[in-house]
Amino acid sequence: MSTVDERTNIEDTEFGKKAAGPVGWLDDRLGLAGASKRSHLLRKVFPEHWSFMLGEIALWSFVVLLLTGTFLTFWFQPSMAETTYNGSYTPLNGLEMSHAYASTLDISFDVRGGLLIRQIHHWAAALFVAAMIVHMLRVMFTGAYRKPREINWLIGISLMVLGLVEGFAGYSLPDDLLSGTGLRFVDGLLRSIPIVGSYLEYFIFGGEFPGDVIIPRLYMVHILLIPALLLALIGAHMILLVYHKHTQWGGPGRTEKNVVGYPMLPVYAAKAGGFFFVVFGFTALMGAVLQINPIWAYGPYNPSEVTAGSQPDWYMGFVEGAVRIMPNWESTFFNYTWSWNVFFPAAVLPGLFLGVGAAWPFIEQWITGDKREHHLLERPRNAPFRTAFIVAAMTAYGVLWIGGGNDIIATKFHLSLNAITWFCRIGLFVLPVVTFMITKRICIGLQRADANRILHGYETGVIERSPDGGFTERHAPLPVGSQYSLTNHDRLPVLEAPPETDHNGVAAPHSRMAKLRAKAREIYYDGSVDKPTVEDVHHAEEHLRDHDGHPVELGDEFQGVSESGVPRVH
Amino acid sequence: MRKLSTRRRHPLAGIVVLLLALGVVGGVYSAVRFQPASAAETASQNDVDAGRKLFLVGCASCHGKNASGIETKRGGNYGPSLIGVGAAAVDFQVGTGRMPMAQSAPQAPAKDPEYTAEETKQLAAYIATLGAGPAIPDDEYTDISGKTIEQIREGGEFFRTNCTACHNSVGAGGALPGGKYAPRLDGVSAKHIAEAMMTGPQQMPVFSDDVITPEDKSNIIAYIKQVQNQPNYGGMAGGGLGPVSEGLFTWLIGIGGLLIAAIWIGAHGARVKKK
Amino acid sequence: MSDELDQLTDAEPIKDPGLPAHQHRPTDVDPAQELRAERQITGMFTVASLLLIGFCVAYIMIDKDQTFLGWSAMNFTLGATLGGALLLMGVGIIQWAKKLMGDDEMVELRHPAASTAEERAATLEDLNAGINESGFGRRPLIRRSLFLSMSFLALPTVIMLRDMGPLPYGHKNTVWKKGMRVVNDVAGTPIKPSDLQVGQLVNAEPAIMYEKDKDGEAVLHGTELLQEKSKAAVIVVRMKPEAITPSKGRENWGIDGILCYSKICTHVGCPISLWEQQTHHLLCPCHQSTFDLADNGKVVFGPAHRPLPQLPLALDSEGYLIAVSDFPEVVGPSYPELARDQKRLDDKS
Repeated sequence: MSTVDERTNIEDTEFGKKAAGPVGWLDDRLGLAGASKRSHLLRKVFPEHWSFMLGEIALWSFVVLLLTGTFLTFWFQPSMAETTYNGSYTPLNGLEMSHAYASTLDISFDVRGGLLIRQIHHWAAALFVAAMIVHMLRVMFTGAYRKPREINWLIGISLMVLGLVEGFAGYSLPDDLLSGTGLRFVDGLLRSIPIVGSYLEYFIFGGEFPGDVIIPRLYMVHILLIPALLLALIGAHMILLVYHKHTQWGGPGRTEKNVVGYPMLPVYAAKAGGFFFVVFGFTALMGAVLQINPIWAYGPYNPSEVTAGSQPDWYMGFVEGAVRIMPNWESTFFNYTWSWNVFFPAAVLPGLFLGVGAAWPFIEQWITGDKREHHLLERPRNAPFRTAFIVAAMTAYGVLWIGGGNDIIATKFHLSLNAITWFCRIGLFVLPVVTFMITKRICIGLQRADANRILHGYETGVIERSPDGGFTERHAPLPVGSQYSLTNHDRLPVLEAPPETDHNGVAAPHSRMAKLRAKAREIYYDGSVDKPTVEDVHHAEEHLRDHDGHPVELGDEFQGVSESGVPRVH
Repeated sequence: MRKLSTRRRHPLAGIVVLLLALGVVGGVYSAVRFQPASAAETASQNDVDAGRKLFLVGCASCHGKNASGIETKRGGNYGPSLIGVGAAAVDFQVGTGRMPMAQSAPQAPAKDPEYTAEETKQLAAYIATLGAGPAIPDDEYTDISGKTIEQIREGGEFFRTNCTACHNSVGAGGALPGGKYAPRLDGVSAKHIAEAMMTGPQQMPVFSDDVITPEDKSNIIAYIKQVQNQPNYGGMAGGGLGPVSEGLFTWLIGIGGLLIAAIWIGAHGARVKKK
Repeated sequence: MSDELDQLTDAEPIKDPGLPAHQHRPTDVDPAQELRAERQITGMFTVASLLLIGFCVAYIMIDKDQTFLGWSAMNFTLGATLGGALLLMGVGIIQWAKKLMGDDEMVELRHPAASTAEERAATLEDLNAGINESGFGRRPLIRRSLFLSMSFLALPTVIMLRDMGPLPYGHKNTVWKKGMRVVNDVAGTPIKPSDLQVGQLVNAEPAIMYEKDKDGEAVLHGTELLQEKSKAAVIVVRMKPEAITPSKGRENWGIDGILCYSKICTHVGCPISLWEQQTHHLLCPCHQSTFDLADNGKVVFGPAHRPLPQLPLALDSEGYLIAVSDFPEVVGPSYPELARDQKRLDDKS
């Protein structure tokens, strides 16, 4: 039954005999067997957890994008030259439009399956960025970016930036009313860049907006430049993943020095490979039943037309929101016009988000002074400041999202557009602070609960009545494995004020920096509950025995709940 | 009671009281608010006379006995003057249920009409006698049966130039400042669309026949109907709201579904004790 | 810091109990379950094959215009068969891994990401040998001149980008000029004041956009037309004259309450025509900048900074609306040289 006892050597099978020749030929020239043996590549161990599959959604979406995108290039014509449409979609018949728009209509209506491929491509693009964000949040919340993975974190941030630009370039290509409106915004953004804005606008658009070169240029960027960069960086991301070996959750037998899981061949090759088919199949089903970007409804781009509900794709929603809620600041000095109302929300703010994100591992390392390698993930509750900080950033991002959809929200929920804008203007600064505080309290509460469960056991749900009439709930100790999992993380460091003076009584060098760092460390660890000490555990065991008067042994009669909270069947 | 009094200083007590008070006020308001008079009168021989009667009962309280409007103390309009608005305006406002208004609001919403078609006709006939205004549009505006591809294309160009900025490219509607909105266009009859263009109800501007000719208007209507009756080729359209609903689908269905798949792949699965 | 932490790890309150004993899956111990899983997975792959054949049949058989549930039947069928097949293949492969493939967890030891000291030393030695043999350190003249030429390599790279577009030549006028008729967009018909009622909105263009040259070709077309449209598009509105509060010098820019404004938002250039005829406010659908057209296009809400430029109107001999001049203000989104250009325009008038 089990595979082990039926094991056959591949070289003895018929397939193995046939393959031996070609494989030997290859190894004679490439030496692959040696490389594989040295890195244990074929049997590389990956730990198992659902959250480790999130990056794969992004990876496989990217592969889907490459496949479907290649298909679309067979018909798409990236030209802004004028043509008269004469295809199957009659309401636009006879209209003057660009080749880009006309060929997108042809893909949608005259190429069989073209609409499906277009929709899969668009859904996969939306999912690609979404999955990158979810993956990034997982890495942030668990501290997986810590040494030695900082470089891989930076590669990830670069992938995110490239993904945003790539998506926006694709959104702009069909030259419909919505994509043209998006380009009009880009034009306004370029113009708002201090001093060189007009030059950038003229160089990028080849003259005045809209010109006739922006779509061919974006096409090159979209199908060659950025995909090549993405491919290279994804490759590097994977190589580093294999080299560092995947992080894992702590637990019995899982330490900083090992990795426990299933081998790449066969289990992860199958699971990951199967997941590719699942992602592709899922996006294909979305393309089958969910309409996305119906360019025929928008009409060709015309600078004097616009539609209500003009929005970018969701991943640019936070920029759109920032632009919408920004006060109308513009100033003139040095004989130049400075358009803060566009430049700040559309250029500075996204830079701030990504810049802080990129710098975070290094900032945290500076604060904690922790220079060790970390391969065990940290539970979000055990890093309350970090967790709260991420939630605050997510809140700000969410407020900007609301701002970006303020018109849709206004009509759907019968609210005032202006009120939503004001809510976002204030909420952007207030709500992150509120969610930061709430999250931190929740984390600390959970830390306390963990300590309680270790020291006082879990609640069994069995209520006992004492002779003097009091009611108590019986607690039972957690299994040792669970106890170990709960305590398997770093103890809090001892916080000390940095010495004001060195050994000779002279003012210590860099003392101001040291003080700042001590202060930052104090804030970072503020309120965190340390795990119980050896003495605490001893003491609690004795206490539990004294209190109940008998050792807590749960026999077969026991009818409470198990340690996971599930009622025991009796 | 004692329990209540001991908790009056609870940090949440203020909020609870506030919510209760709001609930009471809202309940009382909805119970006593203005109920529009039901139009039970029977039609008399003369439409105009009947219309005048209906007007005095149902409309005069806001628009004045002579339909010349009632001004508020601050100089605004309680109900605007109806002299010269024409039969088309009455047919639109009353026929789509916007008038009479149920309550004060930034904008009168469309609802089920309070008056029957006959009564609406009588009201329109009465208002039309007060001053010259656009009449209820005839087939020239609303007959879209024989429209050619060229005419629909032309209508589309007019639609995208004049209408989509507020009403959205598939007529899904859009937001205006301060809680006002441009309504959805699906399910609106050709006659009512034409009347709205002619009369400019509420915040909507007028698109007079001298600028957008009756034929242009009928072409626009033909395009709207064409777009709304054609299939959603790609599948469920998310209400025609564009990238916002697409983003929602991406997260809820796309990421949601694949997350379930990821959880399934990462799950340890059923185990047995024996062997 | 790290020394303290290392000491603390010895004082763990709970000792690592080690990996728990392996527990078997039902498919490992029960032949019936194993057979069931095998059949299940084979079934998924078989159905996937059938669906893929169905895809080809649908591709050939279904007509482009056929609909299903109000959707394109072609799109739905192709997507459902392809998606279904891929999903079944994926689920089948994963199910195979979960139910039938080896289930023993393996332990692999980690090593520090850093190389060992010996490896570092050896590599450093190679590096030193290489650098010494090259004379890289001993010949600063060569080294520095190499760096110099390398950095100069950036010059042609950058200068080659010069022809990506022309240099911005300051403010370019729109096609509006004295006497040009204001015509209805799409139709191209001229407009008389009597055509407009109070509360009217006309989306309009300069007449040149509909003019033809002597060969019957449009004067403006293609890219040029779009470029001019993106600056010259206007809206004409009519209000009650008493509602309008023109600023100084603008008293005669309108005709009986008829005013003409640029349709291009001063924020990032969206065409803007959501006019509320009762409040006289104009809203931009892109970022909700709101302008008061009764008050000289003043910004009343949103991210736009400059008021909407107004086009002074007059009537020609036939009684049609014409422009008195080009816009006296810069139209469209702001740019760094705007302040200068606006000053030049002000000086001219």
